[in-house]
Amino acid sequence: MSNIRERLADIVGERFVSDKAEDLYFYGRDPGLMPAVHPDWVVLPETVEEIQGIVKMAQMEGIPVVPMGAGMSLSGLVIPQKGGIVVDMKRMDRIVDINEKARYVIVEGGTSTGRLNAYLNKKYPRLRFSIPDSPAATTVAANVMIHGQGRLTQQYGFNSDMVSGLEVVLPSGELCRIGSCAISNEWFSKGAPLPDLSGLFLGWFGATGIITKAGIKLYPRKLLRDVEIFVTDSPDFIPEIIYEITHTEMTEDINIFSQPLPLIFKDNHHVVIYFTGDSEEEIEFRKKTVFHSLDLFIRNKDGGFMSVGAGMKKSLLEMPQRNASTFADVTKGGGFEYSGPIITIDKYPQCTRKLDELAHKYDLKYHGTARIIGRGHAMMFAFSFTFNRSDADMLDRTRKALHEASQYALSIGGVFWKPTIDEQKMALQKMDPEFARLLKMIKTNLDPQGIMNPGNWESK
Amino acid sequence: MFDLKFDENLCLSCPTGACLVKCQYMELDKEQAKEEIINIFRGKDSPVLKECVTCYACEEYCRRGNHPFYLITQRREDKGILTAPRAITRQWVNIGEPKGKYEVGRISKKALSFGFMPQFLDITKGRLFEDVMPSYFFGQEFFCNVVYIHFGNTSVIKKRLPGVIKQIHDLGVEEVVFMHDECFAAFDSLGPAFGMQIPFRSVHYFQYLYERLQTLKDLIKPLDVKAAYQRPCSNRLCSETHKYLPVIMDMIGVDLVQRTYEDENALCCGSIFRSMFGYDLAADVQKRNIDDMTDNGAQYCIFNCHGCQNAMTAKIQARGIKPVHLVELCRMAIGEDPEKGV
Ligand SMILES: Cc1cc2nc3c(=O)[nH]c(=O)nc-3n(C[C@H](O)[C@H](O)[C@H](O)COP(=O)(O)OP(=O)(O)OC[C@H]3O[C@@H](n4cnc5c(N)ncnc54)[C@H](O)[C@@H]3O)c2cc1C
Ligand code: SF4
Ligand code: SF4
Repeated sequence: MSNIRERLADIVGERFVSDKAEDLYFYGRDPGLMPAVHPDWVVLPETVEEIQGIVKMAQMEGIPVVPMGAGMSLSGLVIPQKGGIVVDMKRMDRIVDINEKARYVIVEGGTSTGRLNAYLNKKYPRLRFSIPDSPAATTVAANVMIHGQGRLTQQYGFNSDMVSGLEVVLPSGELCRIGSCAISNEWFSKGAPLPDLSGLFLGWFGATGIITKAGIKLYPRKLLRDVEIFVTDSPDFIPEIIYEITHTEMTEDINIFSQPLPLIFKDNHHVVIYFTGDSEEEIEFRKKTVFHSLDLFIRNKDGGFMSVGAGMKKSLLEMPQRNASTFADVTKGGGFEYSGPIITIDKYPQCTRKLDELAHKYDLKYHGTARIIGRGHAMMFAFSFTFNRSDADMLDRTRKALHEASQYALSIGGVFWKPTIDEQKMALQKMDPEFARLLKMIKTNLDPQGIMNPGNWESK
Repeated sequence: MFDLKFDENLCLSCPTGACLVKCQYMELDKEQAKEEIINIFRGKDSPVLKECVTCYACEEYCRRGNHPFYLITQRREDKGILTAPRAITRQWVNIGEPKGKYEVGRISKKALSFGFMPQFLDITKGRLFEDVMPSYFFGQEFFCNVVYIHFGNTSVIKKRLPGVIKQIHDLGVEEVVFMHDECFAAFDSLGPAFGMQIPFRSVHYFQYLYERLQTLKDLIKPLDVKAAYQRPCSNRLCSETHKYLPVIMDMIGVDLVQRTYEDENALCCGSIFRSMFGYDLAADVQKRNIDDMTDNGAQYCIFNCHGCQNAMTAKIQARGIKPVHLVELCRMAIGEDPEKGV
């Protein structure tokens, strides 16, 4: 374990390695609630070869390696549980290639969603990708790694479903291509028609390798977007409302929110429906179809379309939506965290009632959101709380509320999304033992020393 | 405690039944109209209570001093007949809830009321308003709450409006210029109709603009444009103010195009129809309304209500018509540039 700092400096250059206390302090935490653990070194590689060098050295020395994008996944996934090296991917932010006609782009492992967005805006205005509502600094590779969801998720599923190929540095330091790019120069598929090995990496939080390149699918970008909000006073109507809207296949995306403040939103549930089209006529036709799909609710007075003012419309149409970040600081003091299980839509009423109950029980400011995944195949329901970081009691209450929310979601058939290490343990305990054994077999084979983001998906 | 003043005898002797005969959303002859309104007054069931789309127009159609639409509203509430989806009503009731976030300028004897719409601060600038600004107020505490007649809900008005009257009175103003029809109507029509005393003088901003333009007439350069006017539902509650509109247009050199849907026949912006009844009625009314503007050569659509402006702006722009608030148009006529905030 001698001279690690120097050996890292040999690989990435003196400027891009640090073991300074202030850097280790910063890299030991994320904006969520998990306790900090400081790394021993931080490196910022620029090339695939440098990453291979880092991983090989770490392998030889048995040092943990934690890849990190923007570090904003909130659930402690970049906190180096056993110290070691944090590999900050931000310098690997190039757009490697794009195939316009086949609608995919290849980006490096640290390319931010903001950068890709700006690139497409400028060079390929007829193409788009699925942008999550996280800040623009968050990375494409991390987002597919954690099965994120963004715009278009209602049409095409999780962001990981939109992957079209991967290049990964394995825990051995070897470089491996996954998908069509394994036998061709084209990155159009992450698996089919070959065996789909992307599952050896996606969802593993870097515990089986570091993504150095990701191919992701691009989609037609229509000239116009618009938004409408259907409101109902009872969560019990939501599953049926979503079923009807998704049946039309007319929408870009569907989100749901409920929150007690500001007063305009109090006691109602808001189904935010996004539309796209290349002409006013196209959008109008889509809207008309969706409005009519909800006629029965309107006639029975169970729900209706609210007027959306110009200001609200503008903020809802932003990509990413900044109001997610604004809410994150409602309590002031910069704390924001959510438990966001993936769960079937029929559980919406239960989840929202539980959220209400938890917010009252623990006296917290809350916000319930759901993002529809696929044509109503599932949703991400976020039990979100904001808190003041300097208020220890509030931190404790938030932790308890989140823990209870997670347990509840699991008990009613939900599956954790980007779970904390504690939640991963809960999931491993509950899951089919053969599935857990398979996970273990994969992890042990790929990473026998357990150096890659240790703690994650580790079963006894 | 606040009961609607409604004189059944006026209806019994009414020569026209105009309130419902002229209704654009129901087909009733004179006898049926009178019978239904009397039925409603007497607390009986009436299809009108279900079918009325709350366009407010019968308040204008009745020229005999009765309040047919306030009556319909009151009876709907008595009978628990909902007009809008519950969530929409709830949302509106929440919007009007006082929040302690009101704003009061440097109040003098005369003041402008913006209701709860801060956007008026952006347009009440320049010479037209120099004799009153910065004497203004807005916020939920000063919100007239009249909009709840769309939702068959008079009790929230009866509960909140007396407090609003007191708030305004406590400012020490003698005369209030209301920038929104509904607010003016609250103190000029609805409040008095329900027996409320109003301790200040209410002036509609049409009258205010007319008087100011007369004072500033040397500055006026005729705009020489063709425009359609989008008359809002709430102007039906204070229909005597409508007479100022053609006069003002004349003063500033705007040619109001002749339309099918003007004056008493004006059509709603569609916003509230959409929220209450869904797609078809709103789409039909908007289409007829906008076709009528373009068919008659309007270059501008003049708005008097920000709600209408929000609901129609994109649609009229797509048809090549420019949206403009009446205040902005008057400011343009005296050489100001409202877009630059000059
Ligand atoms: C205000 C706010 C709004 C949000 N909204 C959304 C949303 O709408 N949709 C959504 O999906 N998420 C959302 N998130 C969660 C999260 O921020 C995003 O999913 C984001 O894309 C994560 O990216 P990151 O670069 O910050 O990931 P990080 O936190 O840096 O990393 C996440 C995980 O991926 C691993 N990892 C990172 N890079 C690599 C790599 N190259 N190879 C292997 N493993 C790697 C890390 O080790 C970690 O386990 C939101 C977060 C915030 C703060
Ligand atoms: S409300 Fe007016 S118009 Fe209608 S019947 Fe009575 S008096 Fe006539
Ligand atoms: S408010 Fe309009 S729709 Fe209702 S009865 Fe009066 S005129 Fe007819």
